[in-house]
Amino acid sequence: MIIGVEHYLTVAAILFAIGVFGIIVNRKNVIVILMSVELMLLAVNLNLVAFSGHLGDLVGQIFTMLILTVAAAEAAIGLAILVAYYRNRRSISVDDINSLKG
Amino acid sequence: MHNDLFFAARPEIALGLMALALLMIGVFRKDKSADLINSLSLLALGVAAFMVIFMSGEGKVSAFNGAFVTDGLARVMKALALFASALAIIMSVHFMKWEKMERFEYPVLIVLATLGMMTMISAAGLIALYLGLELQALALYVLAAMNRDSTRSAEAGLKYFVLGALSSGLLLYGASLVYGFAGTVSFAGIATAIKGGMHVGVTIGLVFILAGLAFKISSVPFHMWTPDVYEGAPTPVTAFFAAAPKIAAMAVIIRVLYEAFPAASDQWRQVLIFMSIASMALGAFAGIAQQNIKRLMAYSSIGHMGYVLIGLAAGGQMGLRGAIIYLVIYLVMTAGVFACIIAMRRDGRAIETIEDFSGLARHNKGLAFALAMLMFSLAGIPPLAGFFAKYFVLLAAIKAGMLTLAIIGVLASVVSAVYYLRIVKVMYFDEPRDAVSPMPMELKLIIALATIFVLGFAAWPGPVVTLAQSAIVAFL
Repeated sequence: MIIGVEHYLTVAAILFAIGVFGIIVNRKNVIVILMSVELMLLAVNLNLVAFSGHLGDLVGQIFTMLILTVAAAEAAIGLAILVAYYRNRRSISVDDINSLKG
Repeated sequence: MHNDLFFAARPEIALGLMALALLMIGVFRKDKSADLINSLSLLALGVAAFMVIFMSGEGKVSAFNGAFVTDGLARVMKALALFASALAIIMSVHFMKWEKMERFEYPVLIVLATLGMMTMISAAGLIALYLGLELQALALYVLAAMNRDSTRSAEAGLKYFVLGALSSGLLLYGASLVYGFAGTVSFAGIATAIKGGMHVGVTIGLVFILAGLAFKISSVPFHMWTPDVYEGAPTPVTAFFAAAPKIAAMAVIIRVLYEAFPAASDQWRQVLIFMSIASMALGAFAGIAQQNIKRLMAYSSIGHMGYVLIGLAAGGQMGLRGAIIYLVIYLVMTAGVFACIIAMRRDGRAIETIEDFSGLARHNKGLAFALAMLMFSLAGIPPLAGFFAKYFVLLAAIKAGMLTLAIIGVLASVVSAVYYLRIVKVMYFDEPRDAVSPMPMELKLIIALATIFVLGFAAWPGPVVTLAQSAIVAFL
């Protein structure tokens, strides 16, 4: 079997879907959400690199580098906010994030 | 676009350098630097605005191999975003003192968020769009959690972060599909690639991109973060969220749809109409039950974004001009209302529930009058500015043959009038409570100017219309 671009796209789509479900369905804790966000971004990177190879165009790989950088910054800020939240609530369970409602 | 000139991006480069300098000054001067950094940030925003207006070239110029473009639309929207950011800093000065959270990081983060907005407004490709959007979003997440000793603020930041990360993931996935199936990330290239017919992959990508952008303007069905974040974040931050990012995101939506996907207008128009109707309806009905004024303003902003989307869906000169006029008027009205909310304090505590407004007119005539006028304007009652905002977009919709959309817009406006008028009723006819504390000069000034604007717009609409026209003329 020859591995073509569509195989990569399928794997990326599955990873992306797992990431989205990890955010939406997850009831446990916020760290899992951060991991899911990372999974989504990596799925996108896989997509971009596969397309880049398929098209013979470097732009996709440059885009991937930039996304990796931003993902690192995003994770840092997410963890910082999570620490601030934990100091106030002493919990990072998703079920406890409920003081704002209406 | 024969010229590839660095100076198209001069304001952004300058603002970025100034933001870094401000950060350094703040770090080295330690705790007592908040006032200094506030003033310097305002200066930086002013310099950037000056450069946007006078020093970013004539007509359409591009930089960085066409990834970054400065044109009429970009100049107008950047000037508006800078103005909105400056207002957010001015409004914060006393609030931060009262709440004992004076930190020099606040103005620096606002400046960085503004830099992100300017980048995304000028983006001419998906990469620049993503980088600008993330720079803005990362600064906004931190701003929402600014009051880190408060559970509500930290929770607002956390919610905004999680949903924001989800939305930028969706946007990116769409961008990767568009890149793959159109073969390029530049808007002009995408427009050429899809001229002869669109691969289904590009359509799916477009929908994902629109979903990510809809989150930024808090349009239904991506609005769920808005009320919580508006309520939890410190009020000046909420005022900032309500204005500047919306302007930038709308500019991006205009650019993506009309520059990259004009050939797909049949597809995206359906999506815009759906988002517009759903936002107007939700903004109108969900606002009725709200007791907290910041939550109410969240639903109000969802509804108003629905009206701006009418202009975008109608398209053409009239539609886009109407949308930009709407944004300008919306910016002034929300700035005025949030200045009123920040100004209202009793016994050193901020007033946030609508009941606390009762009988405000007895002791604070001027404030109550200004807030009443702003509420009438938000409801769209003639002859105030808010009425003309709605008039322009609805007229454009009727001219474009979208009669149903226009009728739904009018009906939603009537329903939303219920909660705006309730505030006026509470202020004027309910049992009075104690007078609110005297307010600082700058808030008085903002409230007064916003009130004069909404009252005087009918007599002198010229400047705003010309401004919107100048943004659109070169663009279409």
